[in-house]
Amino acid sequence: MAFAAFGHGGGGGSAPSAAPTKKSKVALFLLLPGLTYLGLFFMTPLVSLIITSLQVPDGSGMMGSYTYGFAIENYAKVVVDFWPQISHSFVYAFIATLAALLISYPLAYFIGVKARRFPLIQGLMLTLVIAPFFISFLLRTFAWKQIFSNESAAVHFLQDVGILGMNDYLVGTPFMVIFGLTYNFIPFMTLPLYSILERLDIRLLEAGADLYATPATTFRKVTLPLTAPGIISGTLLTFIPIAGDYVNASGDFLGGTKTAMIGNVVESRFLVLNDYPTASALSVLLMGVILLLVGFYAKRSGTADLL
Amino acid sequence: MRNLRLGKYVLPLFSVIAIVYLMIPIAYTFVFSFNDSQKTNLIWRGFTLDNWINVCQQQGVCEAFGNSVLIGVISTVLATTLGTMIAIALVRYRFKARSFVSLLIFLPMATPEVVLGAGLASQFFSIGAAKGIATIIIAHVMFCMSFVVVTVKARVASLDPALEEAGRDLYGSPAQVFWKITFPLLMPGILSAALLSFALSFDDFIITNFNSGPAMTFPKYVYTAAARGIPAEANVIGSGVFLLAIAIVVTVQIRGSLKARRLAKQK
Repeated sequence: MAFAAFGHGGGGGSAPSAAPTKKSKVALFLLLPGLTYLGLFFMTPLVSLIITSLQVPDGSGMMGSYTYGFAIENYAKVVVDFWPQISHSFVYAFIATLAALLISYPLAYFIGVKARRFPLIQGLMLTLVIAPFFISFLLRTFAWKQIFSNESAAVHFLQDVGILGMNDYLVGTPFMVIFGLTYNFIPFMTLPLYSILERLDIRLLEAGADLYATPATTFRKVTLPLTAPGIISGTLLTFIPIAGDYVNASGDFLGGTKTAMIGNVVESRFLVLNDYPTASALSVLLMGVILLLVGFYAKRSGTADLL
Repeated sequence: MRNLRLGKYVLPLFSVIAIVYLMIPIAYTFVFSFNDSQKTNLIWRGFTLDNWINVCQQQGVCEAFGNSVLIGVISTVLATTLGTMIAIALVRYRFKARSFVSLLIFLPMATPEVVLGAGLASQFFSIGAAKGIATIIIAHVMFCMSFVVVTVKARVASLDPALEEAGRDLYGSPAQVFWKITFPLLMPGILSAALLSFALSFDDFIITNFNSGPAMTFPKYVYTAAARGIPAEANVIGSGVFLLAIAIVVTVQIRGSLKARRLAKQK
């Protein structure tokens, strides 16, 4: 699966060493079409995004008319203007990633370690974990909106028992947005964790117990370090898409006016207001922070794992 | 002994609750596909099969679904072809720019969709390309390709080079060796990469939204409809695709386990 994407499991790093130079033509033939494609439609757009982010209004006063410039101050402006949305993106992403990890780790541990003796249960549970991928994530997110809508039984119940005030609702709150984000990205956390827990050698845990370690100590000193690559790939696979998401936080889904994230601003600036420089500057900023984060992770875990 | 109970009761219970949590919106979508909804599909009004039988009567939903399938198929074929070629080159050949190529493959997966979407859209805008189905396909091939490379790469790496050597020893031409040995052995990896690629393309909303212009896809239809309330017919399509996908997964799993059993018997 693609969840080997962020390290481990892929194992593609070991190229056979015998590769005569004659073959480099074949390699070039194999690589050229795909790499050209990525150059044209991945690299060039990023450059185009940076150029656009520095543009200035062309003075015609028309919506969406900009001309080339070097307005580095666009960046300062978006940080000041959209600080709430920027902080929402990273705070929500942090909390939702943590919540997904806390839910996924025990789940993946159960499927990968405890259910090993029962292949049927293991297969069934794994299928159920990936089942959400097979139904449109917009439909799933909208389902949560309906389940927790202002007139729903769930909200009435929470109001009756006093968890929610009589005029308090769930949809439109940061809680609901984080709830939806957590829900949507749990499989992205569970699968890389599962793929590494599945191969965890139980004898190592037994050895810990034999040496009089409590289960908690064994977990901390043996299980956790051994499964760290899974945690790293899982957190990257959840954090990155969550930070850029704008569906959950959108007013038509789980969010409201006060929950907008970077993605919501980029969408409305780009597609509705035609304010391309602002949208581009925010995108470049988001990409920059994510790259710093990935770089930090790569440094901590060794670049070889990531590539 | 407290910890024994933790493993025996708490962990399984927790896992079951987590799975139920994952299933709730799926069950909701499925149940409400049978709702006898009049204008909005918000409250339960009674069971009907009408939405399933006359799914295309809801304006635009089948057209959007058809577009999504078309885009998914074309993007998958292109992304799988390009990605498989790169995967083979990465595992089988040594070349100087290897780490650069790996980085170039990794980066699209590490880029938030909104950045990929806005980037491509700004490029299409600056060259004056009209957005539509073609630009959606261009975008989908781009982000699916990396996932194909990673999936197929694992399969190429697990391939025994001795099998191809045997083919060459028997005077097979390079083309024969590739099509008669390498390709069939890679097929399971290529197939799962293609399925993944189709699923990614079919369900993509964010990148599509930036590059679709007037063209409608199924996720975009759902997003647009969400403002007024999503019609039950969209639930029908979502549930139908879900059932089909689950059927495929279960069939593949059963066939796999039957094959394993057959091989075990032969030994």
